[in-house]
Amino acid sequence: MTDQIASRLPESWAWAAWAGAALIHVALMLCFVLAAVAFFVWLERKVSARIQDRLGPTRVGGRFGWLQSPADGIKLLCKEDIIPAAADSFLFRIAPYLCFCPAFAAFAAIPLADGWVALRLDIAVLFVLAVAGMEIFGVILAGYASGSKYSLFGAMREAAQVVSYEAPLALCLVIPVMLAGSMDLTTIANAQEGWFTQWFVFHNPFSFAAFWIYVVCATANTNRAPFDLPEAESELVAGFMTEYSGFRWAVFFMAEYTAMLAVCLIASIAFLGGWNGPIPWTGWLGLSYSVHPALGFLGDFVGFLNLTAKSFLGVIFIMALRWTLPRLRIDQVMAMCWKYCVPLAAAMLLGAAVWLCLFPGGVFRGVGLRNAPSPTVAAVGAFAGEREQVQP
Amino acid sequence: MNSPSNGAIEYDVGTDQWVLNMGPQHPSTHGVLRLTLRTDGELVTECAAHIGYLHRSAEKIGENLTPRQFIPFTDRLDYLAGMNMNLGLTLAVEKLAGFTPSEKTRHLRVLAVELCRIASHLVAACSTGLDLGSFTPFMWSFREREKIQLLFEELCGARLTYSYITPGGVTADVPEGWLDRCEAFLDQFEPVIDELHALLTSNRIFIQRMAGIGVLSAEDAIAYGCTGPVLRGSGVARDLRRHGEPIYRGMYDDYRFEIIAPVNGCYPQDHDYPPVPPQAVVGDSWHRFYVRMLEVVQSIGLVRQAIAKYRQSSGSVDPPWQVKQKLPPGEAYLETEAPKGQMGFFIVSDGSAVPWRLRIRSSSFSNLSVVEKLCRGVLLADVAAIVASLDIVLGEIDR
Repeated sequence: MTDQIASRLPESWAWAAWAGAALIHVALMLCFVLAAVAFFVWLERKVSARIQDRLGPTRVGGRFGWLQSPADGIKLLCKEDIIPAAADSFLFRIAPYLCFCPAFAAFAAIPLADGWVALRLDIAVLFVLAVAGMEIFGVILAGYASGSKYSLFGAMREAAQVVSYEAPLALCLVIPVMLAGSMDLTTIANAQEGWFTQWFVFHNPFSFAAFWIYVVCATANTNRAPFDLPEAESELVAGFMTEYSGFRWAVFFMAEYTAMLAVCLIASIAFLGGWNGPIPWTGWLGLSYSVHPALGFLGDFVGFLNLTAKSFLGVIFIMALRWTLPRLRIDQVMAMCWKYCVPLAAAMLLGAAVWLCLFPGGVFRGVGLRNAPSPTVAAVGAFAGEREQVQP
Repeated sequence: MNSPSNGAIEYDVGTDQWVLNMGPQHPSTHGVLRLTLRTDGELVTECAAHIGYLHRSAEKIGENLTPRQFIPFTDRLDYLAGMNMNLGLTLAVEKLAGFTPSEKTRHLRVLAVELCRIASHLVAACSTGLDLGSFTPFMWSFREREKIQLLFEELCGARLTYSYITPGGVTADVPEGWLDRCEAFLDQFEPVIDELHALLTSNRIFIQRMAGIGVLSAEDAIAYGCTGPVLRGSGVARDLRRHGEPIYRGMYDDYRFEIIAPVNGCYPQDHDYPPVPPQAVVGDSWHRFYVRMLEVVQSIGLVRQAIAKYRQSSGSVDPPWQVKQKLPPGEAYLETEAPKGQMGFFIVSDGSAVPWRLRIRSSSFSNLSVVEKLCRGVLLADVAAIVASLDIVLGEIDR
């Protein structure tokens, strides 16, 4: 986009092209993220209500309470802004934004469809993990600056928990990186093109197991139940958010949902085929740029819907978990990470690496439709040992 | 600790113990209990309970009102089991007066009290889930409790503060068709217990959080005066419905039910409920929870029997006494098996309508007293689990 803008401007105005492109990207990302967060707030209420035999919001905006999230937002904006006397005022104020910004910044490198990405980085996986991990600073600051013991307890729990779970989370993500041979999320998703059997989650038994370890670690990393210890209501009142109210509290809330969306998007891209649907019908219909730019855009849009649907299903799964399971204790959370998740993830990584050496095509790779005229022939081909190489 | 080599950098990081004030406004202290915890990080080294935030001088009020006028105040002692509180005072007064109600009244009282026990245990068992961070079982059990409250509303006009069982009898006979609706509720409710077991009792996280936590030995339970499910969870099969005084025990004479307690680690009946997990120790939080869940089943059986016996018995239901009916001089003390434990009422009368002295023995008070012992050396999160498993009601403790 920078190039397109720059081509219409004098050469000395290159900085303006940069700035303009960045602004447009940020605006688009904000639209997507905030719309998703508003939707999730409503969705969480509805999902929990369905699980608990309730109706959930029904008043604001008609029968299904569609406008509940904006109504909540307005209510929170109108609330009194309270900074406790014991709080470190400056840190207390900036903590929510330190929490939200990293979660949001991670979206810069997350593609939403083939080529729909603000920053196409060669190290996108690393970038996303590193930037999203910064979120913890906001939480620790909030806990420290609140001047409340409950907040500090919550922050300490968050520090221990999130730092621990980043290790197995990253280990799990190394497997798709290895299978695709790239850290670029766009390349990783494109390497899974074709039938759903091409998805990395079905590539081999180890990647399948790694996907579920990723689900556990991602849930823990975003402080969702059963790992919601930093804000454990029955023990710590509201953990690091105890002293927050009004809009600052809402920013924490947005950060939580943004992070949840981010981990689900990454899971969809790295394991579940990204924007490639379970059936490659867009390819059959010729929705590609080689046929016509408009058709190509349409294909990308379908891919965007695919990715959104997958990640939203992931979010719903995490929500259903929250409303079903009790909370673990802090020692159990840490034991789960260091005794089970880290060794298992490491073993899966090793297993996937060995598998990749022995059967580079994966379990189903041979029966992929892309290079085979029909499943039968492909199956015969697979048995004959003509396995397709992994796409670079 | 100073650094080994140079003194330029100070490595001395303060690791003091903290005093953490939990309550009286805290989500998991069940009302207005205040706990002060001395914590070393997440580890609780000391715990002290402070009570009295809900003190309403119920006993003193009882010395200025006649027993019938005092019945509405008993509703507010253990506000989750108003019927059982009504019955406690009523039987104490009737013991003093030497009064025996009719058969039909007896069965109706058993019916109301056991239905109320189901409601109370539902709240207890599922607020345990809430304290462990599981919100759904709480809503599910409140959905069922709501149906009991609707039945009670139809029976006596109140949902929470019934004042139904009063000295002399009960305030009203059952409305038409009420018994059928009651049976329909029980039929519908029985399968729900399995759902609650699936969400809580046999959930692995729930077992990890509850089993082996807050172990109270039978000796300690007796020494601290614990009663009810807390005592029975420690393996002591004592239930005043079988072991109480004749005037109370007699109410349940022709009823069949089991006393639920893990005597020698085994529960008495052959039930098809989740097995005891290997991690569970008799007297821990899990057993206290499990005892309540199984008692709900027993109470369902009791309600069914009460309905059948009520239908068979002839005669009419006794009306309440006159409000200012004089009491015979003397004193009477009677303990009954309330859902939380043994609830005692002590009445001293000088022959007038108003008792000269009225004292109440609260089961939650004794049950709470073990919290300081159980919460030593546990983690912060376990405090919520232990307090929840003790199932205290502050209205009864503070009186």
